[in-house]
Amino acid sequence: MTAETITTAVDTGATIHPRWVRICHWINALAILVMIGSGWQIYNASPLFGFVFPREIALGNWLAGALLWHFAAMWILVVNGIVYVTLGIVTGRFRRKLYPIRPSEVVADLKAAATFKLSHDDLSHYNAVQKLLYTGVILAGVVIVLSGLSIWKPVQFQELTALFGGYDAARYVHFLAMAAIVGFLIVHIALALLVPKSLRAMITGR
Amino acid sequence: MRKRRIIPGVDPKLLIKDAGKLMPDASRRGFLRGAASLGALTFLTGCDIIDGDTAEGVLRKISEFNDGAQAALFSPTKLAPTYPESAITKPFPFNAYYDEDDAPEVDGKTYKLEVAGLVENKKPWTLEELYALPEVSQITRHICVEGWSAIGSWQGTPLSEFLKRVGADTRAKYVWFKCAEGYTNTIDMPTALHPQTQMTFKFANRVLPRAYGYPMKIRMPTKLGFKNPKYVVAMEVTNIDKGGYWEDKGYNWFSGL
Repeated sequence: MTAETITTAVDTGATIHPRWVRICHWINALAILVMIGSGWQIYNASPLFGFVFPREIALGNWLAGALLWHFAAMWILVVNGIVYVTLGIVTGRFRRKLYPIRPSEVVADLKAAATFKLSHDDLSHYNAVQKLLYTGVILAGVVIVLSGLSIWKPVQFQELTALFGGYDAARYVHFLAMAAIVGFLIVHIALALLVPKSLRAMITGR
Repeated sequence: MRKRRIIPGVDPKLLIKDAGKLMPDASRRGFLRGAASLGALTFLTGCDIIDGDTAEGVLRKISEFNDGAQAALFSPTKLAPTYPESAITKPFPFNAYYDEDDAPEVDGKTYKLEVAGLVENKKPWTLEELYALPEVSQITRHICVEGWSAIGSWQGTPLSEFLKRVGADTRAKYVWFKCAEGYTNTIDMPTALHPQTQMTFKFANRVLPRAYGYPMKIRMPTKLGFKNPKYVVAMEVTNIDKGGYWEDKGYNWFSGL
């Protein structure tokens, strides 16, 4: 029923993003910002690489504060993420919007984007680069949650932790998934600002 | 029942290398600052949530909720992974909120472990008596709240065995530990009874060195490092959560792995 309604709405061009997508999107935006900001502070307590994040952009003031933020926002991120992915699959939105991703189209659209010839006239249709990035960031989201669980509960969820190559390796996976999401966000936000109607569509739905 | 205090900053003299990463600047208060992320947050929500004890209170409530969630996830029988001797981290790191030179020096000849609370026998234990307890060994991963981990080898007696011998009421909720330097720690009874929770007297089959908690530490591979007290001089079986050194400063109480 829901799926039908949404499909009709998209087909008539009335609604680009149904209400559930917009709600999930902005809850996720909030949660992921808190997770990244507090995650940087947590990283700083025991850096994996030869750098730390500037205090000014890290959330929580110190490790205990950052952990409180991280383990509070994780519930929002995970519950919202489960709702989003479930609805995305059940309503057919993922299949409709994100597939198929053809490598040849990705290359062509990347070229078009590089020369500013990529059309954004129809916001309800994703180009191949968008499909790739959105699919990628959803997968990065799954990886960051699973690797996070591996670090949080390496005894209770030790089978999962082992899947990532053990506790220490899971920390690197968690970090790399964060880096991927931050990389996505830079492109995502830059493009939303370049094409303001796409931002409007994520707020009003059209 | 649970006593939780926020200590805004600490004696700066205590700030040393490792702990420095854990401690807030004495001049700055609270958990909630972090300009850019929160700036974005303020922008998104249209309200300023940086200020106020409300946000801090909410975060602490969620942390208590997380204690419950972790207790529910905790399996009393699931064992932490164990490792071969070749995997032991060398040298195993010293870690505390003070310098290694300032670690407590406990005199083993006069040492007595005090046992208090809901136990039948409150007779203090000498080191000789403790050493005579049955010995088990484990090579497990010590995971610090900071994120790093190290594999160590610990020998001692299961805490559950000791609790049985002193006639502890294991229906009690908590076991509280006090350490020579004043460090304290409360753990939940299910963790106290976990088969790998150990009253540790040896590291790598040698008498526990001062750096690692001589004469006794409580080793729990199912909890973060700071929940594994060293230089333990007293324990109490209790239904009252007496908190702990780091927990009172805002670290999550359960801190299970």
